[in-house]
Amino acid sequence: MSCGPWQDTGWLAQIEDIEDTIHNSNEKAGTITTAEPTIEKETRSEEDLDVPWQVVVHNDPVNLMSYVTMVFQRVFGYPREKAERHMLEVHHKGRSILWSGMRERAELYVQQLHGYLLLATLEKAC
Amino acid sequence: MEIRRRNDHIEISELDPFLAELLLQIPESANPDGVPAAEQRLFSSPTNGKQTDLCAEWKTYVEPELRRLFETATQTVVADLEQLNGKEKSFANRMLRIPAGHSDAWLSALNQARLVIATKNNFTESELNDHFRSPIGSRRDLSLFQVNFYGFLQEFILRELESSE
Repeated sequence: MSCGPWQDTGWLAQIEDIEDTIHNSNEKAGTITTAEPTIEKETRSEEDLDVPWQVVVHNDPVNLMSYVTMVFQRVFGYPREKAERHMLEVHHKGRSILWSGMRERAELYVQQLHGYLLLATLEKAC
Repeated sequence: MEIRRRNDHIEISELDPFLAELLLQIPESANPDGVPAAEQRLFSSPTNGKQTDLCAEWKTYVEPELRRLFETATQTVVADLEQLNGKEKSFANRMLRIPAGHSDAWLSALNQARLVIATKNNFTESELNDHFRSPIGSRRDLSLFQVNFYGFLQEFILRELESSE
């Protein structure tokens, strides 16, 4: 088993020494100061945080089952069995999550699905 | 009516005037103009209306592209349907040849038409699944027959596409 830096206790002793030095010098000066925690401002957008987005297809009584299966195969490149499984999930449960990942790609998938006239939406994963 | 694959096209022969007329109505039936619910169905929200900023962007950038896509498909079908506007007697059976390369356009136009008709008539799921409903006694029955007939054509085209892959 290889040793990572956390197994080497030398650095810990050094830090303790430094902390003691600071503490002692502050006591001598009659004050005790503690390091102020730095609160970083939240500047990252949702996309930066990589919150996954889901491509959801909803049931529609008009679109044919065979058509929906073909669309899933074409858009997502799924094999027939997987495409059929999703189609049946849409049919029986009212919706199916077809894909999840980055927002930009999810938008592209939804656009393609709308091009085939399927009821598809983009949802933020919980 | 007979439908079969012949080399590089799908051939619909022995097409009686009634069915030929239904085919000629595809472009008009696919048009959602004047029916907000149908328009909404063809251009549905990408987020169920939850992300308003995304919905606004979608309307500006994606919808026009989808509109062009649907129009192109319908125009291809209109051009193919020209074959049915021949000079034969109106009661004679006709023949229609759909080039294999136009299959996607036909699938799209037939789907647009089925969705618009179903939305206009507010058909229920059980009505849409009742393929043996007859006879045609009302405009609503005729519309349902139209949806099922277009669905039958879609099924055939899909089968042909699958077998050619």
